[in-house]
Amino acid sequence: MPDITQPPDSTATSHFAVEMRGIVKRFPGVLANDHTDFTLKRGEVHALLGENGAGKSTLMNILAGLYKPDAGAILVNGQPVHFNSPRDAIAAGLGMVHQHFMLVPTQTVTENIILGLSEPRFFLPMAELDRRILALQEQYGLKVDPKAKIWQLSVGEQQRVEILKMLYRGAKVLIMDEPTAVLTPQEVEELFVTLRAMVARGHSIIFISHKLDEVLAISNRITVLRQGRVTAAGIPAQGTTKTQLAQLMVGREVVFTIDKQPCRPGEVVLAVEDVCAENDRGLPALRHFSIRVRAGEIVGIAGVAGNGQSELAQVITGLRRCSCGRVMIAGEDVANQAPHAAIQRRVAYIPEDRHGVGSSPGLSLADNLIMKNHREPPISNGWVLNLPMIRRQANQLKDQYNIMAPSVDVQARLLSGGNLQKAILAREMSAGPRLIIAVQPTRGLDVGAIEAVHHALLKERDRGTAILLISEELEEIMALSDRIVGIYEGQHMGELKAEEATLTKIGLMMAGTPQGDVAGRVNNVGELTG
Amino acid sequence: MSADQPAARGWRLPFSISFEQRMTTPKWLPALTSIGSLIVAFMIGGGVIAIAGGNPFATYAHLVKAAFGDIGVFNDTLVKASPLMLVGLACALAFRMKLWNIGAEGQFFLGAWGASAVVLAPLLPRDTPGIIIIPAMMLAGFACGALWGFIPGLLKAKFNVNEIITTLMMNYIAVSWVLFWVFGEWSESGFQMSPMFPRNTWLPRLTDYAAQIPQLAGLTLHLGILFGVIGSVVVWFIISRSRWGYEIRLIGDNKQAARYAGVNIVRNTVFMMMVSGGIAGLAGMAEISGVVHRLQGAISSNYGFTGIIIAWLAKLNPFAVILVSVLFGGLIQAGREIQPSGVPRMLQGIILFCVIASDVLLRYRIQITRR
Repeated sequence: MPDITQPPDSTATSHFAVEMRGIVKRFPGVLANDHTDFTLKRGEVHALLGENGAGKSTLMNILAGLYKPDAGAILVNGQPVHFNSPRDAIAAGLGMVHQHFMLVPTQTVTENIILGLSEPRFFLPMAELDRRILALQEQYGLKVDPKAKIWQLSVGEQQRVEILKMLYRGAKVLIMDEPTAVLTPQEVEELFVTLRAMVARGHSIIFISHKLDEVLAISNRITVLRQGRVTAAGIPAQGTTKTQLAQLMVGREVVFTIDKQPCRPGEVVLAVEDVCAENDRGLPALRHFSIRVRAGEIVGIAGVAGNGQSELAQVITGLRRCSCGRVMIAGEDVANQAPHAAIQRRVAYIPEDRHGVGSSPGLSLADNLIMKNHREPPISNGWVLNLPMIRRQANQLKDQYNIMAPSVDVQARLLSGGNLQKAILAREMSAGPRLIIAVQPTRGLDVGAIEAVHHALLKERDRGTAILLISEELEEIMALSDRIVGIYEGQHMGELKAEEATLTKIGLMMAGTPQGDVAGRVNNVGELTG
Repeated sequence: MSADQPAARGWRLPFSISFEQRMTTPKWLPALTSIGSLIVAFMIGGGVIAIAGGNPFATYAHLVKAAFGDIGVFNDTLVKASPLMLVGLACALAFRMKLWNIGAEGQFFLGAWGASAVVLAPLLPRDTPGIIIIPAMMLAGFACGALWGFIPGLLKAKFNVNEIITTLMMNYIAVSWVLFWVFGEWSESGFQMSPMFPRNTWLPRLTDYAAQIPQLAGLTLHLGILFGVIGSVVVWFIISRSRWGYEIRLIGDNKQAARYAGVNIVRNTVFMMMVSGGIAGLAGMAEISGVVHRLQGAISSNYGFTGIIIAWLAKLNPFAVILVSVLFGGLIQAGREIQPSGVPRMLQGIILFCVIASDVLLRYRIQITRR
C-alpha cells in the first residue's frame, strides 16, 4: 500500500481532512456517541471499527449531514462547519456511500449520477455527460457502462455507480458504510484497487467494516468505537493484530478458533429426497437434490450464492413449492404444506432476508419476538394475547441475547442490522427447536456477535438438534459443520466429512466438480507437487 | 474534478428546515397532529369561504350551532353519526390489514336489504316480538354485508384480484339490487319504496320513552349508536389484545413475514373482508330499522365513502372513529343549513388532505435552525 505522508494539496492549513471533536448524539434511551473524537488525515484510508450499535453509523451520518450532533464540533480542512443536510456535506467535499444503495433501478448510470444536481439545468447533453463520466471512470478504474440501466447491473457495479456519484459531485472524502458486506471476494479486490487509486489522487477514505482481515488489508489507521466511546484513536494498522482489534471492539478476549465436541449423530430428522424446485423467475433452482441431517449434527451447504441454497431452505420450511420429491421432517412428508406445518414440527428458520422475511419492521420488538409462538400458551390463551407475558418474555430474551434497544416497544425497523439478527436468533433458538435451518446467520454481525451465534449453534447441536447451515462464508462452514455438502446449479456435488474438508476440495465442489472428481484431482495435484 | 459543484445560491432563507426520523412516537402525538390538522383545515376552509364572499366566522359559528347548538340538533347529529361509526370501524379494521375495502357503501346497502328481507319476504311472521325479530334482522344484515365482502375477499385471496376495483364495482351492483326490489317485488303500490315496517321491527328510540321521561320527546336517537360504541370496544380489543389482531397487524405490516410466521393469509383475507363487510352491513340494518323504517333507494348519504375518510382521520384508532364520526355527523347535519352540497363537502376534502399531510410529523421530527 502506498504510504502517502505528503498530501498533494499542500495549500491547506491543516493536515487533517476531517476532525470531529467531542461529538455527542443522544437518541431516546440511547447515548449513541459519547464525546467521540475522530480525525482523518488527507490521503489515508481510515477504518472505523465497532460492534453493532457502537455508534459508527451515527457518527458517520453526522459527518454526512444526515443527523445533527447534540454537542461537539466538526472541522473540514481546519475550518469549522455546520451541516444542515447531506447537500451541505457534499458541498464541503464529504460524500457517503450507504450500505443500501440509493439508485433508481429503471434509469441509466449517467441519469442516476446527475440526479438532483442543478446542472445541467434543462436540456440533457447525454453524449457529453456520458463522456465526462467515462473520463472519471478511467481515472479511478471504476468500470461500468454509463448507458446501462441500474437493474441490469450486479451489486458490485451498482456500488461503483454510488462511488462515481460522489466523485462527480466533487467529494474529496468518501465515507463507505460496510462496502464489502454485499460483495463477492473478487469484487472486494476490485474495490480495494479503486480505493487505492483514489488515495493516490489525494482523496481520503473512511472505511466502516466488521471484517478485521479487510480492515487490516486496506487501512492506514484504525479507530475503534465501543458503546459510543473511542477505545482506540487512529492507531496504525501496521503491527496491529486481529486479536487486539477484536479485544478493543468487544472489550474482552475473543477466541477465533472453535472448540467442538465430537459429533454424536442420532436419528435422521430432516430427509430431503429428490427435490426439484423453481426460483422466482421460473427457472430450475433445485434439480433432484437430496440431503439428510441427523439429530446432533451440523450439515453445511457450501455453494456460490444463487445455486439453489436459498430455495432449498424455503422448500423445507414450506415457503416455496417443490415440483417433485419429498421433504421428510421426523418421518412425515411436509413438502408443499403451509409454513405452519414446519413450525408445528419445531423447525426454526433463520432466513437470509431479515428485513423482508424474518421481521416485521413496523411492529414492536416484543411483537417480533412472538411471531412463531403467538398461537400457543402462555403467549395466547385461546383468542386472547397475554400481554404481560409477552413483555416479560421479550425483556428476558432482550437481556439474554444482548439485543441493544431502548425498550421492547421500539419498532423493529429502528434496530440496527446486527441487533435485528440477534432478535431473530433469540426468537428461533428459544423455541426449543428440533431442526434449525440457518441461512447466512452471521452476515453483517460483528466479531462478538458472530462468536455468540457460533456458540449458540454448537450448543444446540450438542443438545441434539439437527442443524442445516447455509452460508457463503467458507470459514464458517468449515469451522462449524460436521459434514459439508457442495451445491452447484441446484445439484448435489458430493459430501465431505469435516476432518477431510479442505478449501480446495470445497472450492472444486462449488465450481461444479462432483465429489468423485474432487478426490481424483486433489490426488493429481498431490502427485505433481510431491 | 468537480464537474458540478452546487454553486452558492444567491438567496437563502435565514433559517433552515431539516427532517430527522423519529426513533419513537410519543403517545400523545397522533392526537395532537389530528387536532392540529383539523384546525389548519378549518382555516383553509375559512379562506375559501371568504373568497366566495362569505364570512368564515359567521359560517363556522352557524355550523357549530346547527350541529351542536341544542339538544334537538345534537340528537340529529348523533343520528347521522351512528351509521358513520360502524362504517368507519369496518374500514379501519380492514385497512389495518392493508385490505382496501372501498365497498362499505355496497355492503351497507346489502345489509339493509338483508334486514328488510326478514320483514318483507317475510322470513319471520310480521307480529314476531321485537326481542326476536330485531336480532334476526341484525344477523341478516351482518350476513348479507359479509357475503358482499366475501366475494372480493375470495377473489383477492385466491387469484390476487385487486380488491379496490372489485369492492368499488360491487357498490353499484348492491345499489341496483336494492332498487330492483323496491321498484318490483317490495314496491308499495308502485312507489319506489317498500311499505313501512311494523313497529316491532323498529330499533328503540329515545322518544319512545317520552311517556316516562317527557324531556325525551322528539329525540330520534336510536339503539344503533350503541352498536357503534360497543363495536369500537370490540374492534379495539380485536386489534390490540387478540391473537387474530396480532395476525392482522403482522399481515398489514409485512405479508412475507406473516407467511414466514405460519399465518394463513388466504383464510385471514377472506375472513377480514367478511367481518368488515358484516359491520358495514350492520350499519345498513341499523339505518333502516332505526331511522328510515322502510327499504328505499335513498338510505345512505354516502355513508360508505365517508367511512373511508373517517377511518383515516381517526388514524385507524377505533375510539377516535367514534369522535370523528360525531364531527362528520355534525358536518352532514349542519352542512345542509348552509349549502346543500358545496361548503360541507369541501371541508371534508380539506380535512382529509390535511390529516394525510400531517402524517409526516409522526414519522419525522422537524428542526428549524438559524443559519
